[in-house]
Amino acid sequence: MSDFPDDLKYAATHEWLRLEEDGTVTMGISDHAQELLGDIVFIELPEEGKVVDAKQEISVVESVKAASDIYAPISGEIIAVNEDLADAPETVNTAPYTDGWICRILPSNPAELEELLDADTYAGMCE
Amino acid sequence: MGMRTALFDKHVDAGARIVDFGGWDMPIQYDSLINEHHAVRQHAGVFDVSHMTIVDVKGPQAESWLRYLLANDVARLKETGHALYSGMLNEQAGVIDDLIVYRMAWGFRLVVNCGTREKDLAWMNKQVAAYDVQLTERPELAILAVQGPAAMHIVMDLLNSKGASAEAVQVGSLKNFSGAEFGSWFIARTGYTGENGVEIMLPNSEAPGIWDELLAAGVKPIGLGARDTLRLEAGMNLYGHDMDESISPLSANMGWTIAWEPADRDFIGRSVLENQREAFKRGELPVLSGLVMEERGVLREGLRVQCTFADGAVKDGVITSGTFSPTLKHGIALARIPSGSQNAVVEKCEVDIRGKLIPVRLVKPGFVRLGKKVFE
Repeated sequence: MSDFPDDLKYAATHEWLRLEEDGTVTMGISDHAQELLGDIVFIELPEEGKVVDAKQEISVVESVKAASDIYAPISGEIIAVNEDLADAPETVNTAPYTDGWICRILPSNPAELEELLDADTYAGMCE
Repeated sequence: MGMRTALFDKHVDAGARIVDFGGWDMPIQYDSLINEHHAVRQHAGVFDVSHMTIVDVKGPQAESWLRYLLANDVARLKETGHALYSGMLNEQAGVIDDLIVYRMAWGFRLVVNCGTREKDLAWMNKQVAAYDVQLTERPELAILAVQGPAAMHIVMDLLNSKGASAEAVQVGSLKNFSGAEFGSWFIARTGYTGENGVEIMLPNSEAPGIWDELLAAGVKPIGLGARDTLRLEAGMNLYGHDMDESISPLSANMGWTIAWEPADRDFIGRSVLENQREAFKRGELPVLSGLVMEERGVLREGLRVQCTFADGAVKDGVITSGTFSPTLKHGIALARIPSGSQNAVVEKCEVDIRGKLIPVRLVKPGFVRLGKKVFE
């Protein structure tokens, strides 16, 4: 069964977000998404410093089977990228919510966070 | 619900994710495609390929009919049990299907793809009308492919444990592309992985027990996902992707499967194929080539391959099968590469991945054999 931590927010496109104490947001893809994709072998990482709009494509995660676009769940500036994933993309499979984070965003419109899904709603969607 | 093989419950028990595959409910993977792939390259794996169609060919004209039906020549099968790979062509020399044919004591056995079953049978029945030949489908047989460096020993041990020591010795001495029949079983050294191993055809009723014994002996169940990465590493074609009825076998790296001699053997598609052969020699037909991308990433079916020729011409090819090679840890693919004018060679080859042109190298189709990289 997939894991849906309660302290995270989720997008319908299978990204998770965690609001950090400094007001930034860390994001990655959900456990459910990594299970669907299977063995991840390549990640085209987001561009650090890029200013993005909510729902804009920022990254591509490729498993052996499929390529999946990753969207910015909120608008803002990408202030950090998990460069470790360049050499170890499989970390997204083994630790999607911790070491497998993809990037951090400085939100430009924090109100957008309210539009995201809570764990129960997202888990229901994945059934 | 789709059709199910005799091993469906075993797949579910082993934790398989089940998908529809040509109308069959089949395991795409059990735990991890990459782990399954490595198990076959490093030890042994078992595939349920019972969805494939077995057609037995009997009758006094079985051989002469197959010599007309297939581009390869079954007269080359000198001994019982010997096998060859062939295309079954239409009159325009397009590939209706690819198949394995075995010479049996009582005739021949064909194994064709499940996705093409209906059109294959319709074609065969149409072509067989004038011959004294009987075609019999064998849905009561399961097929288990046991593949990997340890596969032969494990299968021999399994036969020994059943008191079939003479059979074990015989299986151990089988040459590649040959098999032996033991009652209702047929065991052949064929496969779709580029590793040693066998394919076992046996009654459906016996398949679950043998499956359990193989797993208990340390053989890992392998899904269709790893079956695809293994065959692609081995440079083997997949019907409907690397070739179909619109493609000449010469443009699908199947030239080696065409028996041109004896020149007076008439087989379906031959006259068109003779013309294509001349055009191919002049460099006028596309070629199915291997692609290697050493940058990190994945090559995918359908991606555009931009080829720059020595004379400056630029033409597009297309990837027909692509993946990430778990053994080599980079992208590999088969791609249909256009011919250059006056045999101009391809100087530069790039794949268009999301609008970026990524350099790739053209190699002979075939990337991994017996666990080792085989291209330069």
